[in-house]
Amino acid sequence: MTGITSFGAYIPVYRLSRDTIANAWGRGSLKGERSIANSDEDSLTMAVDAGANCLSRLDRNQIDGLYFATTNAPYKEKLCAGVIATALDFRNDVATADFGNSLRAGTGALRAALDAVNAGSAGTILVTAADCRLAYPRSDQEQLFGDGAASLIIGKEGVIAEVENSLSINKEIIDVWRNDNDRFVRVGEGRFVLTEGYMASMKEVVSGLLKRAGKKSSDIGKLVIPSPDHRSSASLAKGLGFDPEKQMQDPLLGSLGHCGAAHPLMLLIAALEDAGPGDTILMASYGDGADAFVLRVTQEITKFRDIRGVKANLESRMALSSYEKFLSFRGIVEAVSGEPFRLLPSASNYWRDQESILRCYGSKCNKCGNCQFPVQRICGKCHAKDDYEKIRYSDKEGKVFTFTRDQLAGRSDDPVVVQTVFDMEDGARFYLMMTDCNPEEVAVGLPVELTFRRIHEGADFHNYFWKCRPLRKGGIHNG
Amino acid sequence: MGSIKDSVAIIGMGCSKFGERWNMGAGDLAIESAYEAYEDAGIGLDDIEACYVGQMYASVNGIAGSTVAGALKLSNIPVIRNENWCTAGHIALIEAALAVASGMYDVVMAIGVEKLKDTGYPGLGTGRGMSPVYEARRTAPGSFGLIATSYFKRYGFSMEQGKEIIGRIAVKNHRNGSMSPKAHFQNKITLETVLKAPIIAYPLGLFDCCGNSDGSACAILTRSDHAKKFRDDPIYIKGFGISMDAGLPHMRPGFGWTSFEALKNSSRKAYEMAGIKNPREEIDVAEVHDCFSITELAIYEDFGFSPRGGAREDIESGFFELEGGLPVNSDGGLKCFGHPVGASGLRMTYEVYKQLQEKAQLPERQIKNAHRGLSHTFGGPPQLSAVGIFGNEKG
Repeated sequence: MTGITSFGAYIPVYRLSRDTIANAWGRGSLKGERSIANSDEDSLTMAVDAGANCLSRLDRNQIDGLYFATTNAPYKEKLCAGVIATALDFRNDVATADFGNSLRAGTGALRAALDAVNAGSAGTILVTAADCRLAYPRSDQEQLFGDGAASLIIGKEGVIAEVENSLSINKEIIDVWRNDNDRFVRVGEGRFVLTEGYMASMKEVVSGLLKRAGKKSSDIGKLVIPSPDHRSSASLAKGLGFDPEKQMQDPLLGSLGHCGAAHPLMLLIAALEDAGPGDTILMASYGDGADAFVLRVTQEITKFRDIRGVKANLESRMALSSYEKFLSFRGIVEAVSGEPFRLLPSASNYWRDQESILRCYGSKCNKCGNCQFPVQRICGKCHAKDDYEKIRYSDKEGKVFTFTRDQLAGRSDDPVVVQTVFDMEDGARFYLMMTDCNPEEVAVGLPVELTFRRIHEGADFHNYFWKCRPLRKGGIHNG
Repeated sequence: MGSIKDSVAIIGMGCSKFGERWNMGAGDLAIESAYEAYEDAGIGLDDIEACYVGQMYASVNGIAGSTVAGALKLSNIPVIRNENWCTAGHIALIEAALAVASGMYDVVMAIGVEKLKDTGYPGLGTGRGMSPVYEARRTAPGSFGLIATSYFKRYGFSMEQGKEIIGRIAVKNHRNGSMSPKAHFQNKITLETVLKAPIIAYPLGLFDCCGNSDGSACAILTRSDHAKKFRDDPIYIKGFGISMDAGLPHMRPGFGWTSFEALKNSSRKAYEMAGIKNPREEIDVAEVHDCFSITELAIYEDFGFSPRGGAREDIESGFFELEGGLPVNSDGGLKCFGHPVGASGLRMTYEVYKQLQEKAQLPERQIKNAHRGLSHTFGGPPQLSAVGIFGNEKG
């Protein structure tokens, strides 16, 4: 039996009210709020966070593959899945692949993972999808899009939702697209896009899969489909004989926004959080055709009540104060970047130190037990040489020892850098920047956890490293 | 360890005007301090047998000792540069003293020069020394602000109480700076001004931070037994201490962030060489590293000027004022001179030298009966401290 063995979501802490966006343009608000990735986040970092939230009950050494899906990869040429697998501290002999270019990238990666596990080429694969799409300023999409990531682990042991059947269809159409040099997503004429794009493909895939699985709409406990707007998924469901009130997963446009390639998996996680043993879920995604899956929830679901899924992430939020800040975080208006560092950034230095920079390893002295981050070859306490055990700290929590709010080194749109010294339970001391916080609320003793972020662009590449953030409430962190 | 107590004397010093010297390059600043020192020592360029240079930023000062050698025309002698953070000036002085004490040279120059205002950045910029990744966006105020947060917490001070305590240090140093014609800032300030100033790195406000300036200072050294050939009132080096805290304090589990090994060890070594048992009583004037007001407070305690946790009482009683039991930063300190990194250690020593000769530039700043003085710099993330102790007579 192959299926989902774990899930985890990540939604950036910042939310922007759609009224704020609408007021900036003097246009109508689509109501509710959308998530906004912080200035140090991108699809890759969000995918790491969601992936980590997926691993709370699993030994990460058991993972055989990592598939990453996004329409907004931070690199046009370079494997992002490889960075993510390293940040998640996976083995080196894992299969890695990036899936891109389509809103169906997430479900495409899911299908590939299911096939690999079914074929026996991998035992367990982590699929992590993330998106951070840009819509034209003032467009409906600017309000409707959201930023976020969703991860699933596919395997055969401890399955919480078995994938019983699936169907994919291909329907070529120019409806929603971005050319190679475009920044913003283009959307074609409204009626054409809706009727011949989304509606036509989704009708075909849902009815086709029901037929293939020998099921009627009434056999499905929950229909999980992203919606391009507030109404279309409900009218689609109604047309297919579903009761939108009882049988549909909320498409989360009001509280989150459409998270692109991650969104079908995000909605599936939301559905799993409410599901009970024996429930049947039909999940479908749209993008120049459609993918659909029928899943049956097992008894194992009862063990997954406190995971960091969609609910916990939605509850943990901070209001972004202005529309301008959103534009600036995404680089649509230009901010002065501030000065990240004076020494020469270096790809070889970054590569050499990747165990500490990416895997977040510190060292624990075998002689005296002293713990330090980053890895130190000579123990700072007893001076033992090259006699230590490496410890992964990315999944540990600490408490602030001292801090400052530095006004000199930040970006012009986010000028306060909270430099933080915090201690892990084993005594290891960290000195990192704090993100996703209200600087005025930082205090000695504040519990913090680690999060993977983009810290600067030195030497013309994305320098990723760890920051701390106030412990996000709800659900288990990747501990 | 050996001792060079009383073996080396300073026979001439010079100090440039500190400030935003837009029309002066690093070489011009070196000329300004070196020619004052030549005149003070009664020597000339051809008498210099070796030169030790303290400079921090190659990007604005030029590489190696080239800028200083080129400007001063120091030819056919060793010109040796160090860039040991904020202690570079002191380390140039101490290296020069060791070179003289070794018997290798008779007349040696130590010079610190820093063209800080060419960095294009208001301050020292980011980066505290090791890695472009681990230490991204770390600045000097951010690094030292951590001490204040920790000190206030440890001693139970509210933000307001803590800011008042360290604010008085800024007020004191500005009062002294108002009597220093070579200082960048020569204005008196009130505690209210300090407390109302914008925050730079919480809890440090604008007036808790030292200025950013260009400057240079220079010393000419010779063997003590030759010193009186040059002048009647040479100043003797009584002791020194340099201490690097390996691994950076912040990596040490349990490190309290209110007291620094480098401060304690460098002062202890210097006191031992100088034969000082009770620094609070035996030192008459001290120039210490007030890069931030909180740093000066931490130094009071780590140097044994105040008992542990007792700095507040001494600050409030005026113990470190010009008229107090131990005047600290009588020229206005880094607070008023600014901190052209490699020059500061020698600028501080210049003040001690002048005070011990009873030649403070303005008589109202002269400390009476000063026989023994201390100068000190503290640098890096921070981790490196250097102390010199000086006297106006042998023994």
